[in-house]
Amino acid sequence: MKTDAIARLMALLPKGRIMSGPAHLAAYESDGLTAFAARPLAVAVPETQDEVIQIVRFCYAEKLPFVARGSGTSLSGGSLPVKEGIVITLNRLNRIVRIDPAGRIAVVEAGVVNSHVTTAAQKYGLHFAPDPSSQSICTIGGNVAFNSGGAHCLKYGMTSNHVLGLKAVLATGEVVEFGGPSREQVGPDWTGLFVGNEGLFGIALEVTLQLLPRAETFHTVLAGYDSLEKAGDAVSAVIASGLLPGALEIMDALALEAAVAAVHADYPPNAAAVLIVELEGPREVVAWDRVRLQEILAESGAMEVRVAKDAAERLAIWKGRKSAFSAVGRLSPDFIVQDGVVPRRKLGEALKRIGEMASEARLRVANVFHAGDGNLHPLIMYNGKEADGLARAEALAGKILRMCIVMGGSITGEHGVGVEKRDYMPEMFTTNELDCMKRLRAAFDPLEIANPGKMFPEGAPAVMTTAQHGLHPLEKAGVITRE
Amino acid sequence: MNTDKDMVVTTPEELAEAVQSAPRVLAVGAGTKPRLSAVASDVVKISTVKLSGIVEYEPSEFTFTALAGTPVKDIAAALAERGQYLPFDPLLVDAGATIGGTVAAGLGGPGRFRFGGLRDFIVGVRFVDGGGRLMRMGGKVVKNAAGFDLPKFFVGSLGRFGALAEVTFKVFPRAVTTRTLRLGAVDTAAMTTIFTEAAGQRWELDALEAWPAEGVVYARLAGPAAALDVLAAEIFSRWPGAALTDDEASRCWNGVREFAWAHDGGELVKVALVPGAVAGFLSWTQTMAGARTWVGLGGNVGFISLPRGGTLADGLAWPAMTLRGGGALWPGKRADAKVYRAVKAALDPQGRFPSIED
Ligand SMILES: Cc1cc2nc3c(=O)[nH]c(=O)nc-3n(C[C@H](O)[C@H](O)[C@H](O)COP(=O)(O)OP(=O)(O)OC[C@H]3O[C@@H](n4cnc5c(N)ncnc54)[C@H](O)[C@@H]3O)c2cc1C
Repeated sequence: MKTDAIARLMALLPKGRIMSGPAHLAAYESDGLTAFAARPLAVAVPETQDEVIQIVRFCYAEKLPFVARGSGTSLSGGSLPVKEGIVITLNRLNRIVRIDPAGRIAVVEAGVVNSHVTTAAQKYGLHFAPDPSSQSICTIGGNVAFNSGGAHCLKYGMTSNHVLGLKAVLATGEVVEFGGPSREQVGPDWTGLFVGNEGLFGIALEVTLQLLPRAETFHTVLAGYDSLEKAGDAVSAVIASGLLPGALEIMDALALEAAVAAVHADYPPNAAAVLIVELEGPREVVAWDRVRLQEILAESGAMEVRVAKDAAERLAIWKGRKSAFSAVGRLSPDFIVQDGVVPRRKLGEALKRIGEMASEARLRVANVFHAGDGNLHPLIMYNGKEADGLARAEALAGKILRMCIVMGGSITGEHGVGVEKRDYMPEMFTTNELDCMKRLRAAFDPLEIANPGKMFPEGAPAVMTTAQHGLHPLEKAGVITRE
Repeated sequence: MNTDKDMVVTTPEELAEAVQSAPRVLAVGAGTKPRLSAVASDVVKISTVKLSGIVEYEPSEFTFTALAGTPVKDIAAALAERGQYLPFDPLLVDAGATIGGTVAAGLGGPGRFRFGGLRDFIVGVRFVDGGGRLMRMGGKVVKNAAGFDLPKFFVGSLGRFGALAEVTFKVFPRAVTTRTLRLGAVDTAAMTTIFTEAAGQRWELDALEAWPAEGVVYARLAGPAAALDVLAAEIFSRWPGAALTDDEASRCWNGVREFAWAHDGGELVKVALVPGAVAGFLSWTQTMAGARTWVGLGGNVGFISLPRGGTLADGLAWPAMTLRGGGALWPGKRADAKVYRAVKAALDPQGRFPSIED
């Protein structure tokens, strides 16, 4: 009986750190994908790596499913609990083990919050590059599980590109150390395989991160266009010029409208789209590159080009951008965020198709996206009170994902498959390929106890709540914003 | 490196057939890192040198896809025509290295210092598993988080978990100019100081390598010429040195890339280091007669060359891999885990490919 298992689990941790009361469990029922909810049997709150190892070994012995949880900000249902399983919450596993400025690395426990790494490193002029919009709250363990991105992926890559090594307890209870402190390694890249596993291999305990020197100068430009297409063409022109900007981001009219309403962002009036380009590097290099950027933008048909004159203006530009999603969320109580990727040259076509499909579905879609990476973030607004509101929105979301696959892209750029997109995996991968991934999963987790029901279409269907799709509770509270 | 026994394939489908046609097989490229494919004689080699060609190259996407046996040289030339490059500086390019062999060996050069290594630029693979199934993992776009990241796992996996048929990479625009500065480092301590201090500066060095025997550090800057002159002057004001002429610089970097400093026909070993371990590593190498040493990536990698027939001294305390010569494949520190064998069994249940231990 599972309830007996919980009683035995209680013996592993000091009193109060295995919670099974309904009031406690309620807080862990959902993650950032609020349409789904499931009540776990219990929530374990380990404080040390050893405690995590003991709990996982216990789960293995008892065949008890578990879901690792960082801050629960997953947008794809990755940290949604498994019914009949436990949640292992890692927020207290949050020691920064060491910062080595000479080696430019940080060794941190998995529950450390993303932005705390940079906070600890900045006195050495270093920073941790991956910057998801949720960075003030999401954990390194969550970033590792999802290979999370941010606004600087074109130049700096995703989380995986900054993880040099890690220590983990696998779902078999085996404790492994992959990679190490060197930026080079020999032999198969076990670290690279582990990052992005979506919690299906086991639990990351301690992670070795590479730190980069903070760029000396930033040059941030905002250009307004009278059509989304022109903004897209400007991206292509920047790319073709040989510049390598740190960020290339686009917001469409609806997103702009929302940002103006929410944070009083100041954008060129009547712009149908805004492009943000940021150059960074030593001041002499930026001084040179900015002239080229200026020429390109001057020829791109922009209605207006604004250059941030100081750090405050730069922050204002980013504030509007980073708050755009949450702001759009406020225009509509219910929404779904998609995260598909298309080849960059097909961005214009993709956005046009999304617009057409949205009007067919009688739904509004706002677009805020990582244009440099071709990573779309269409935000589908609907009214959950209408009988078919959610169904229409989900149907549109599905069409957008299929379009991304057909265009040669991906169903997810950074939010992961989770429960949300698992049914689309067979459209992106063949049966052979999915079977291969399942065999790999079985090598790490033969009992399928680590985060079952995610990534692969099989398994019990996830439970939909009647609650709305919409803002993460922390967004409602104004603590975080999304992109 | 081909022998009569070798099978030669020209398409991914033929590669899949070849993998199934013998009980023990190993895909090989041009043989520029011969130790990596020096396996038991009952293993049939599948030559990929005719599995060659760029399948897709879309400069506006910063991506290309090439068959595994494509010479890196051809790829570099195609990219250069469009002002792009592989930022991790693949090695042994003139020697004929193939892109698949480069991935399987997990080898990158000086450029890793700035933007990351080979693992950071590979985005997709097609490969044949031990069951002869031809599969695609990863994607063809610069950003993708769907499914497990097998493309990264294949980096450094030496063909022991699957035979690569095709690879997709992200590339970058190449900076308009570079400057190479030759800085003096009287001893190991001075060299380590340059490594650790230069890496954290505002200059954003493109490469930072050292040739300890001559007490020199090579620092490379990349960007607009006018800017580089200012940065170079600032660096020289800190550490005396001289800028190389363009000719000297290209000889220098070609030499690094092709291991021109290493012994002909000797042992060549790669060692994963950290800047703080460089001093210990160098004093260890000095215990071996005739050893030559290169230190790269600001102290994150070392290469040791020994004359033909030379053997490594005991006490290599860092992870290492022998590229050329007859020494142990993994002469350094090694980790082991049960899951290594479980993953091998998942991808190659019959053990068609040699073990990673071989
Ligand atoms: C407002 C908002 C903005 C966002 N912006 C971005 C963005 O810009 N870019 C982006 O990529 N994502 C973004 N996200 C998504 C989310 O923040 C990331 O996926 C993040 O990495 C999740 O971290 P977390 O600590 O909340 O993990 P959780 O949501 O708790 O968990 C995520 C997954 O990781 C697993 N996991 C957690 N910890 C571990 C561990 N130690 N070991 C193994 N598995 C573990 C869980 O099982 C789950 O599958 C945003 C989310 C929100 C709500």
